[in-house]
Amino acid sequence: MIVFILRRLTQSAVVIAAMAVLVFTGIFAIGNPIDVLISPEADEVERAAAIARLGLDQPMHVQFARFVESAVGGDLGTSFVHGVPALGLVLQRFPATLELALAAMLLAVLLGIPLGLWAGLKPDSVAGRVIMTGSILGFSLPTFWVGMMLIMAFAVQLGWLPAGGRGQTASLFGVQWSFLTRDGLAHLILPAINLATFKLSLVIRLARAGTREVALQDYVKFARAKGLSPARVVGVHILKNIMIPVVTVLGLELGSVIAFSVVTESVFAWPGMGKLLIESILQLDRPVVVAYLLLTVLLFVVINLVVDLIYSMLDPRIRLGGGRA
Amino acid sequence: MSAAREETPLRRLARDFARSRVAVIGLAVLVLVMLAAVFAQVVAPQDPYDLAQLDIMDSLQPPGTAGGAGWTYWLGTDDQGRDLWSAIFFGLRTSLEVGILATLIALAVGVAVGMLAAYAGGAVDGAIMRLVDIQLSFPAILIALILLALLGKGVDKVIVALAAVQWAYYARTVRGSALVERRKEYVEAARCLALPHHRIMLRHLLPNCLPPLIVVATVQVAHAIALEATLSFLGVGVPVTEPSLGMLIASGYGFMLSGNYWVALFPGVALLVVIVAINLVGDRLRDVLNPRLSH
Repeated sequence: MIVFILRRLTQSAVVIAAMAVLVFTGIFAIGNPIDVLISPEADEVERAAAIARLGLDQPMHVQFARFVESAVGGDLGTSFVHGVPALGLVLQRFPATLELALAAMLLAVLLGIPLGLWAGLKPDSVAGRVIMTGSILGFSLPTFWVGMMLIMAFAVQLGWLPAGGRGQTASLFGVQWSFLTRDGLAHLILPAINLATFKLSLVIRLARAGTREVALQDYVKFARAKGLSPARVVGVHILKNIMIPVVTVLGLELGSVIAFSVVTESVFAWPGMGKLLIESILQLDRPVVVAYLLLTVLLFVVINLVVDLIYSMLDPRIRLGGGRA
Repeated sequence: MSAAREETPLRRLARDFARSRVAVIGLAVLVLVMLAAVFAQVVAPQDPYDLAQLDIMDSLQPPGTAGGAGWTYWLGTDDQGRDLWSAIFFGLRTSLEVGILATLIALAVGVAVGMLAAYAGGAVDGAIMRLVDIQLSFPAILIALILLALLGKGVDKVIVALAAVQWAYYARTVRGSALVERRKEYVEAARCLALPHHRIMLRHLLPNCLPPLIVVATVQVAHAIALEATLSFLGVGVPVTEPSLGMLIASGYGFMLSGNYWVALFPGVALLVVIVAINLVGDRLRDVLNPRLSH
């Protein structure tokens, strides 16, 4: 077990180091930030001063060494555009993204499990077929286009919900949240639906497959034969068992929802860190892009590590197989 | 049975495939769309990127408006006075080109790497598959964004980024089936004949690993097209000079709030039709090819 944990930790460290190099080299080649950041009217002296201040005149390996040194200390540079520490800028946007991602996950589970149960219990019914066709559509529809259609329908044509932004926020634990105010909640609905669409399809499929498998097993038949009400058989006996794969997959998908919120945030002008990333890429704001990517990679590595460790505790086969795979 | 009537695997595949009417419709739509994309110049009523053919007076006309040139804008026009119906044909061309090329490159790289892993085994296999696992644990869009931040804009760069996102799927697929195949007697026989390794891999193993690869590749083309559209929408994909469907939708974003819905709606419908058609064909292929995978 200790060997396994050590091996997994080493692997995670290697991934983070590799990503740091890749991200840094990549961002270095993104373009010439000097042209963007310094006014064309600036004279030579002003230019040189600005370049020196941003450290852009140093050779690449010196910039990288500097970057690693300060990154370990939590300093990922200062945003060229905003003039504040990049890591702080990204972290400041994180609650908005987290709120959106959790709202989307919640929607996906609350709608997906009942729908998947229904489709699994009655696979040949009209409703079952409609649900499955819907889930295929959910997989096929590009997220950004769905988002635009939602805005068009509910914000522009019907005028029920706001088209973008976070709305009014309220403070909890020193962080601003949208879901605490009526206005903020109204702003949250469309982006959350948009981000949930893909995961909803996934949950429906998982729940349906699980239900079809579990519903045929002996203990379900026995529960029925015992005279339990159908509601109890479905709600307790079946539901409990289909939750295992659903919960597992959702744990892994949280990271992917945060990554995909880049798209939804851009469509709905949701001021999260995904929108910040796209703005920073377009403005060649190198430190912010680096901070976002490293933070996200770190998040992913931690999520994967935690899932793997929990698994290996629950199921020794994973641990034994880990050496080979 | 005479040789002429003998059932070739391809013919059996075609017959099994045709049993599903939905899949046949999907295939028909797909063929039509591809023809439309290839012959965009001929079938589109207007060349939307020839400024001489555009009439700025016709900008942002709703669907069904009669245009100045004597024909109707069935799907409306954008802010430059471009006929959307024509722009969609040209957009399809870029989208399909990017999707198909990226898939082919990823397929070639993935097959080479996966085959090597299965054939070499041991530490090579371990290292390659570890890399594949790590890559697959990150969402495609994140990897594509990192790469495009690195490479910059351009059709060729998007193709490279999409190929880099996808190769791991093929590597894993081909390794899986090659591991099963290489234990079979015909491979052993080929080895006993002292055939060169590359010949065993390409002529003996590869053909037997094809069915699952075809299925994965079909579905991945749809993914590549959707991902390209998303990246172009975000402004990090194809340049404005070669607009794909994603780019057309993105240009409609600004007009959406003023109620000019058609600029974003119709290119999106076209994108959806392409993706659904590919997925229908892919689903059916999986069903048809599956019994051959199981043994």
